[in-house]
Amino acid sequence: MSAVLDPIQAIPFTAGAAAVASLCHITKRYANGVLALDDLSLKLHHGEIVALLGPNGAGKSTAVKLLMGLSAPTSGAVRIFDADPRQAATRLRTGVMLQLGKAPEMLRVREHLNIFRGYYPDPMPYADLVRAAGLEGIESRMFGQLSGGQKQRTLFAIALAGDPDLVFLDEPTVGLDIEARRAMWAEIRSLAARGKTVLLTTHYLEEADALAHRIIVINKGRVICEGTPAEVKSLGAATAGASTSRTLKIIRCVTDLPQSTLLAIPGVTTAEVKADLTCISSTQPERTLRELLALDPSLHSLEVQSPALEDAFLALTSN
Amino acid sequence: MSTAALTLRAAPSNSFAHTLRIFITEARFEFIRLLRTRAFSLAVIGFPVIFYLFFGLIMNRGEHIGSMLVAKYMLATYAVFGMVGAALFGIGGGLASELSTGWLELKRASPMPPFAYLVAKCCSAAAFGLIIISIITMLGITVAHVSITLPEYARMMALTVVGTIPFACLGIVIALLVPFNAAPGVINIIYLPMSFCGGLWMPITMLPHWLQKFALLLPTYHLSQLVLATFRYPTAGSAISHWLGLLGFTLVMLGVAAIAYRRLEQNS
Repeated sequence: MSAVLDPIQAIPFTAGAAAVASLCHITKRYANGVLALDDLSLKLHHGEIVALLGPNGAGKSTAVKLLMGLSAPTSGAVRIFDADPRQAATRLRTGVMLQLGKAPEMLRVREHLNIFRGYYPDPMPYADLVRAAGLEGIESRMFGQLSGGQKQRTLFAIALAGDPDLVFLDEPTVGLDIEARRAMWAEIRSLAARGKTVLLTTHYLEEADALAHRIIVINKGRVICEGTPAEVKSLGAATAGASTSRTLKIIRCVTDLPQSTLLAIPGVTTAEVKADLTCISSTQPERTLRELLALDPSLHSLEVQSPALEDAFLALTSN
Repeated sequence: MSTAALTLRAAPSNSFAHTLRIFITEARFEFIRLLRTRAFSLAVIGFPVIFYLFFGLIMNRGEHIGSMLVAKYMLATYAVFGMVGAALFGIGGGLASELSTGWLELKRASPMPPFAYLVAKCCSAAAFGLIIISIITMLGITVAHVSITLPEYARMMALTVVGTIPFACLGIVIALLVPFNAAPGVINIIYLPMSFCGGLWMPITMLPHWLQKFALLLPTYHLSQLVLATFRYPTAGSAISHWLGLLGFTLVMLGVAAIAYRRLEQNS
């Protein structure tokens, strides 16, 4: 387990790659009239980690529940491995991790794992499962006696119990410490490396940025943005008002230069000063930096960053 | 790696043995889990045992109802009382809890056959029923010298196991209709009056006539009459009428459960 984040190996997808799972023009309207999904379509491919992002009430859970076979759409088709997820046989190739209020507390960790392993004809070997979820040493403990992080890891193991080809993870690293979070990320990456597909919902955008091959942003029941993390960040920046989206960088520093001067520097698209910290976004960061450093020799605390996924997300979902 | 052929794994043959093993595992762990939950197991087993001790053995010592020793009469009725408690709290309470925490959703998203879940809960309730029967029978024999033959004991156990089904259905209805926080209270409000009015605490003949008529609607009445009949106690109504009463109750409960479940599905 490396302490440094491994960069994602972008696996190129051929245009004709068959979809492992798909939602096709899904409309879902609840009995009380609420329209949860509005002509939504998405596809998941072999060996992909896809992060589904969206504000609360956007329709993420509804979309994922349809894929899990827990409900049926009002119109449109849900396919998993070219079959209906509402059939139990289709779910022999899926694993699910949900955010639970509670799980049965008076069963031991190994009992939970073995119960779920027993549903599948070809489950993951018990020792591998324990190692994959980092449950060594706590297998004999009652679920109710576990810490929050240990409970999360047990639920993760339950999702992997059947060695599934399609894994749904809902907020998988909530409550985990840094080491456990990195370990789970490594495990999720290895799932994708072995050709499995992972659909991840998370509010923790750094996680989506770090893990996902592709991000799908949903709001008000529709897909509003789809692409690699870099593409989504650019699109978000474009939505936020940057004139071009190509190499947008955020420059932070402490400087006395007034806003009017900053805006006149070539490449600068926005500049704002908040509590002594100046924040500049620029499409030509190197040129901007040369100018900035020349203008103010006393400039300090310089940081140059890519736009945050958070800002892109907020920009995209603000309407 | 991504060029690995997108071959679908050979459709696994869901052999009968594999499915049977799932059912057994599910039932086994549901029972173990309930047994380990002391708050549940001690109450569900303890209350009927204590009630039998007081009302069947300590009070009414040596008295008879008709030709039968009170202690033996109460053996039949408290066997039913115990099993009904296990069914309503174990199945109804358990389902209500698992519905509210999302655990049921996780199970439904897994390849577990849904029937395995329900059968496991029924078997656990039946197992608790059998434990209760065995304890009160032992008490009856040792304290009040109740004479009970092995066939009578076996028939009582068999009736209790089969009788779990209507109460399991009632438990499911309660879990589907009642919000989780209210479930224990609602279960008690149904369980205790239904037991009393069914003649489980006092012989039905001691209750006012209009209550005796009302008891015809109650599954507790029908089941306890069936158990008393196997003890050769002259009961009102034929065995068929009691079986029909239980069947009717079960069908009504299943109907309500189906409607409640559909409504839940449409709203989630």
